[in-house]
Amino acid sequence: MDLIKEHPVLDVGYFKRHARVEFTFDGKHMEGYEGQPIAMALHANGVRVYRETPDMKRTRGFFCAIGKCSSCFMAVDGTPNVRTCVTPLEAGMRVETQRGKGRVAINPPAGE
Amino acid sequence: MMKETTTDILVIGGGAAGLSAAAEASSSGAKVTVVESDLHLGGQLVKQTHKFFGSKDEYAGTRGYKIADILLDEIKQNEKNVDVMTNTTITGYYIEDGMFTAMRGEESYIRIKPKKTIVATGAQERLIPFPNNDIPGVYGAGAVQTLMNVYGVTPGHRVLMIGAGNIGLIVSYQLMQAGVEVAAVVEAMPKVGGYWVHAAKIRRMGVPILLRHSIKEALGDRVIDGAVIMELDDKFAPTGAERKIDCDVICLAVGLTPTTEILSQAGCDMRYVPQLCGFVALRDRTMRTSNPDFWSAGDATGIEEASAAMVEGRIAGLCAARSLGLPVKSDRFDEYWSRLDHLRAGEVGEKIRAGVAKVMRDRWED
Repeated sequence: MDLIKEHPVLDVGYFKRHARVEFTFDGKHMEGYEGQPIAMALHANGVRVYRETPDMKRTRGFFCAIGKCSSCFMAVDGTPNVRTCVTPLEAGMRVETQRGKGRVAINPPAGE
Repeated sequence: MMKETTTDILVIGGGAAGLSAAAEASSSGAKVTVVESDLHLGGQLVKQTHKFFGSKDEYAGTRGYKIADILLDEIKQNEKNVDVMTNTTITGYYIEDGMFTAMRGEESYIRIKPKKTIVATGAQERLIPFPNNDIPGVYGAGAVQTLMNVYGVTPGHRVLMIGAGNIGLIVSYQLMQAGVEVAAVVEAMPKVGGYWVHAAKIRRMGVPILLRHSIKEALGDRVIDGAVIMELDDKFAPTGAERKIDCDVICLAVGLTPTTEILSQAGCDMRYVPQLCGFVALRDRTMRTSNPDFWSAGDATGIEEASAAMVEGRIAGLCAARSLGLPVKSDRFDEYWSRLDHLRAGEVGEKIRAGVAKVMRDRWED
């Protein structure tokens, strides 16, 4: 794991690391800390490519870390375009590389 | 049905300015709602491992992340007056209804109708164009700080830093604290933009600061595995001298620009001011904008240091509470302004003073 183990100023306890949980990335088993953004957990596991652009198939990954740039959009538990840099990791999450725009299941309200 | 809430004062942004505004307004008895898009409060403060400069009133000598704790403790003293919503992003303002829409997480939507609003949305990072700047490994400096100083994740093994302003210099030092090698800092200008003390710290550790240099292209197929840097002449044209740098992260510290979309939506008079690094709202000395229900503070009003953002937040919080008819200690207003003037004094404050002069209004025309 690419984690900081010692730091001259910050006590390692300062880092937001709660209970260790398991999740999957493209079917691969991984571990992270509950409540940390999904993007951070992936980065600590050495994952750099989070999605591919729709037409040019350019790779995209971590970039702004404030939920603004769209670079880290991924499919989480089947929902595409999730801002993984600001979405907390939960145990058992199914995280997948997003290819293209992603599809959202639209359920029209009853009676329409 | 979408959930709808009301509040006296909505503070958008829970960073240095927003927390100061919330602390000030809630101490006057105002009901305050703080909306923060990140998972926790503190903004950029929680990522700063260095001791602040400025003045004692703004916690000079204290490390940034500890200042965040001080502000949070202050808010806790009036916690019955403060409602905090983290992981919540304001998505729009509807001027005809005075209504904000917000997204909590990815799936839940709410509406907020405040009496008064303080916009403390901070800033966003600038990007510069070069081939392959879109592939993973090119990171914003703030993102690198979040990764390593909030979550304790190492951003990479060897970093090329673009920009020798204060952020580029400080983040280079922070990378070394985290055990990451910094290959070089490149800067297009002929001199270091940040404070000498920050530059000296990384020079002492052997990191070259290459002035009159810029990045030509990033290298790599699916992820970054290097960069080509180039020398510039005094007209910023390439001299032809180039060099390849091995790195897995290219960190961009090429400036910030104020985040002001909400102010524009609220119809506030905006102006582009180069010294404040982008479009900002015109304001009076109470930090009120041309929309009488909107105040603004911090980097959203112009890029400056966190110390100034905290004082502006105090002023906005005090004056928004006063506009609700709440009893405030009005001698504080003059005190805060003398603190702000002190922070902006001298040569280092010249640029900010020129920028603020362009947007400060004595009174608003009806």
